[in-house]
Amino acid sequence: MNMTITVNGASHQLDVPDNELLVDLLRERLRLTGTHVGCDTSQCGACTVHLDGRAVKSCSLFAAQADGGSVTTIEGIGTPGDLHPMQRAFRECHGLQCGFCTPGMIMRAIDLVARSDGLDGGAVRDGLEGNLCRCTGYHNIVHAVLKGQELMGGNDE
Amino acid sequence: MSEGTGIGASVKRREDVRFLTGSGTYTDDLNQPGQTYGVFLRSPHARARIGAIDASEALALDGVLAVYTGQDSAADGLGDLPCGWLVKSKDGSDMVSAPRPPLAVTQVNYVGEPYGLVVGETLAAAQQGAELVMTDFTELNPVVDPASAADSETIHEGLDSNVVYDWGLGDEEATDAALAGAAHVTQLDLSNNRLIPNAIEPRAAIGVYEAASGDYTLYATTQNPHLERLVLAAFVQVAPEHKLRVVAPDVGGGFGSKIFIYPEETIVLWAAGKLGRPIKWTAHRYESFLADAHGRDHITHAQLGLDRDGRFVALKVSTTANIGAYLSTFGSSVPTFLYGTLLAGQYKTPNIYVETLGVYTNTCPVDAYRGAGRPEATFVVERMVETAARELGRDPAELRRLNMIQPEDFPYETPVALVYDTGDYEASLDKALELADYGGFEARRRESAAAGKRRGVGFACYIEACGIAPSQLAISLGAGVGLYESGEIRINPTGSVSVFTGAHSHGQGHETTFAQVVSDKLGIPFDDIEIVHGDSGRMEFGLGTYGSRSLAVGGSALIVAADKIIAKGKKIAAHMMETTDDNVDFEDGTFSSGNQQATIQEVAFASYVPADYPEDLEPGLSEKAFYDPKNFTYPAGTHIAEVEVDEETGEVDLVSFVAVDDFGEIINPMIVDGQVHGGLAQGAGQALMEHGRYDDYGQLQTGSYMDYCMPRADDLPDFVVDTTVTACTHNPLGVKGCGEAGAIGSPAAIINAISDALDGHNIAMPATSEQVWRALGGK
Amino acid sequence: MYQFNYAKPATVAEAATLYANAEDPVFLSGGQTLIPTLRQRLAAPTDVIDLSGIGELSGIAVGDGKVTVGAFTRHCAVAESAEVQAAIPALADLAGRIGDAQVRNCGTIGGSVANSDPAADYPAAVVALGATVRTDKRSISGDDFFRDLFETALEPGEIITSIEFPIPDRAAYRKFPNPASRYAVVGVMVADFGGNVRVGVTGAGPCAFRARTIEDMLNANLSTSALDGVEVPDAGFNNDLHASAEYRAHLVKVMARRAVSDLLGA
Repeated sequence: MNMTITVNGASHQLDVPDNELLVDLLRERLRLTGTHVGCDTSQCGACTVHLDGRAVKSCSLFAAQADGGSVTTIEGIGTPGDLHPMQRAFRECHGLQCGFCTPGMIMRAIDLVARSDGLDGGAVRDGLEGNLCRCTGYHNIVHAVLKGQELMGGNDE
Repeated sequence: MSEGTGIGASVKRREDVRFLTGSGTYTDDLNQPGQTYGVFLRSPHARARIGAIDASEALALDGVLAVYTGQDSAADGLGDLPCGWLVKSKDGSDMVSAPRPPLAVTQVNYVGEPYGLVVGETLAAAQQGAELVMTDFTELNPVVDPASAADSETIHEGLDSNVVYDWGLGDEEATDAALAGAAHVTQLDLSNNRLIPNAIEPRAAIGVYEAASGDYTLYATTQNPHLERLVLAAFVQVAPEHKLRVVAPDVGGGFGSKIFIYPEETIVLWAAGKLGRPIKWTAHRYESFLADAHGRDHITHAQLGLDRDGRFVALKVSTTANIGAYLSTFGSSVPTFLYGTLLAGQYKTPNIYVETLGVYTNTCPVDAYRGAGRPEATFVVERMVETAARELGRDPAELRRLNMIQPEDFPYETPVALVYDTGDYEASLDKALELADYGGFEARRRESAAAGKRRGVGFACYIEACGIAPSQLAISLGAGVGLYESGEIRINPTGSVSVFTGAHSHGQGHETTFAQVVSDKLGIPFDDIEIVHGDSGRMEFGLGTYGSRSLAVGGSALIVAADKIIAKGKKIAAHMMETTDDNVDFEDGTFSSGNQQATIQEVAFASYVPADYPEDLEPGLSEKAFYDPKNFTYPAGTHIAEVEVDEETGEVDLVSFVAVDDFGEIINPMIVDGQVHGGLAQGAGQALMEHGRYDDYGQLQTGSYMDYCMPRADDLPDFVVDTTVTACTHNPLGVKGCGEAGAIGSPAAIINAISDALDGHNIAMPATSEQVWRALGGK
Repeated sequence: MYQFNYAKPATVAEAATLYANAEDPVFLSGGQTLIPTLRQRLAAPTDVIDLSGIGELSGIAVGDGKVTVGAFTRHCAVAESAEVQAAIPALADLAGRIGDAQVRNCGTIGGSVANSDPAADYPAAVVALGATVRTDKRSISGDDFFRDLFETALEPGEIITSIEFPIPDRAAYRKFPNPASRYAVVGVMVADFGGNVRVGVTGAGPCAFRARTIEDMLNANLSTSALDGVEVPDAGFNNDLHASAEYRAHLVKVMARRAVSDLLGA
């Protein structure tokens, strides 16, 4: 099918198979390989992106469902020279090890902070229930999200 | 904590920027020109004879390029996947190895075992093709329960039984005598639940063959690219070693599961050669569940004898270890040499005997998973000690203290073949007691009771042995490879440094810590040092990363190489200063003699532009070293868990966890803390929720995240972690390794805490809410 | 994933026609169950009919003593709705506990209810609140809607358009989540309509049901102690690796008591 999708601010007109997943459109078609696939059952959250401003699992959406929509991936929030405050916070707090869950974790964290007022550690833990990490034991991720909240607060995002 | 970028500083990781921005390059992110896609044919049965395989419909499908079966790979002369450690039974006989062809040829022996590969132009074509392959299976009775496996029908044709080995270590007679004379004997039946590793990045591989040159390249999610190359060349004979390059790009976690030489990577590479086009395979998560080597899976009976004063006099342990359907790469060593040797723990138990019966079952092969044998040993020792304390009415901390090996006892030779070089176990215990506010526990217990909750506290004083060594000893005990590590330091003409290590980072942060080590040693700015790893085409050799060995062994190799750099640099500097090298000092990156000075960068430049240069010296400033450790390192520590149990539902809430570890000297405290956190979460997962379960037919019941329970953020508390330091006595950095400790101590500590809350009930892992509810008297 | 034709109709009528003319069609709502199922090649529909383009299916309205939720309304919208939070806070609370945040951002009430997963949360509310399920053809009482494991009163091709929840005086939902999947091992909603108590249970049996014995006891005496002696028979309950039927029966009792406690405290 023919579709239009905005990804990280750029508009794309694409002809995709009806059964193509959003994550495959991003990874294979647009070569935005920062979005990862870690499971088949919509549990791990490694594929989390923003669709029209909300965190979604791009492995559990057809590309067609995002027709006319706007997607933001990990590649769209900051650059090596100008990291998003949440990316900075993850680095500052050692909130990542192997890095595989990290893009999904950060995309979810940004969404979580943006929709909440003054999260505490417990609320961050609850809010990350859709994202699995096997390296960090979550300890530093939780601290990173709290730090990111602080940094985002001063950043108008 | 020191500032800056040297040893002891919490330097922010340089690898982070690429991971944070989605610029990391994992295997599945790579594509090769002309790439095709592979889908494995996997056994739906736990045990079945393979009959005719009809691939005609699949091959007729548009886009299907080839179907390879075990017959094809066998006919092509592909060797079996070897087990790298030969374990001998008590009677001196060799372990019984069932041949493991990379693709099953005549019989499949566990659900998910690959027996064929379908290659397509697209993944969809390959998937559809795989569904069209018709295979005649004759189902055979599976053997699933390890407890009865030894007496069950033999699963492998041509073998006498399902026993792999009947191994023993220690003095059984003396141990029995000491138990007979003990004032008190504690006995427990314990099990160590089967775990499924679940690195979040599934395994993946791309095989590439270039016909014109005969070169093979394997891009794969491996923790040890050189070992992969060695085995594929020497044993499986896919390609000669000099024509095979193995590249491990960014690897998304391993925890042991990416050490092993698996069928899939092997076959993808071989088939790429047959097809003459690159083949890519990326595991779906269900394949990770079915076919990544599992961990643990022990059944144990143990007896601990104590004298009237509470001193341990003997420990006798009898374990049945589920090996799975085949011996995986290191599957034989984990429940023997990595387990039995650790049963002394931190204590001066004079008599110890351990026997392990390894058995084949129709389940996925079991191999090293974070901790590998040492969590199992710690679980046995620490459950026994805690139970003895309860039975004797002794404070569990004080009973441990009474039995601990003291600083003046080192080096301490255990009854189970290890020599501990150093440690101060009471220091960690005391610090942990303080951080856990052990004195305030009874008050907290009363508060919980008032809220209708049972509170419990549990300890684990663990020891581990890291960096298996030395090679000669390991090889004499059956290891098939050496256990040294290589390193190379190349000072470039401009003074920047390329460091090559055979260790591999898949989350550990070597690109940062190894640069700290080299920067500190050579006085070269951190930012001028690049760490290169994970590519057999770029570094000479290496044995990879597992067993918390990278810094202790790989880091030490870099120190030796740096010493060679300094020695050569002194010769060059001496020539520049018109003196002899024994008159030259080196400190903070500067060579000096009297009032003359030359920086290491100036010396490096002189070595590459040898205009005025020592006659008998080769140009260039690049040195390599192989470091073979003299002994294991022995990290140790005390972990204390507190839990609250909901009496109505049996739910366990892990309310606090304190870990105080002695890892020797620490290069980057931030990274060390992170390693501990991760291990603790995996240990908490084992204690509370994770369980790889097969049904009676050998079907995996926990084959997805819907059923296999992974710890999530809201299952865990903030951890309190701290360290004490006794420097390792036999490596140049004084380091011991920190990667596994969290997973080693925590299961025992958490189960001890739950048992405490349940008045001593011997609760099994995982302590699910239903299990606990039943222990509380729920019907 | 198998191949299929994707269509995105703009009206319910158009969706029904597409369905009627396809060989083996399936409706796609939030997709949080359907898409993982398709990814795992566990289903092979010829046609996937996406309901997201039908504007009339979305939205929340409160009035006439009821909360009407359009079938395509996502879980996050119900959880975050100030109107739902004011009218039936237990319903907003329930919606906020489904799956995880990303799933709630996609999943819809119609999809959840139509699927009748034995461990889904919404069915407990449909039953406990005596909701009416409106479809493109008729209205179905919540009491009659869930028939069995993944089986409802819906005819093939019938499309849920909205669900009407009568507003109780008070209600509470307690869930004992499956620690792996975060579905309900057992979920119990207790609702009080002017002294008439209804109790909906999900997770325990093949589909959501009313716990009549518990209702009778609470109608006689709406207090936590009223359930002290209750026997919940486990006959026909789900028995799997996550919980035995016996444990589920016990949890029904505990969750019901806790829901009553919440309800009385509210």
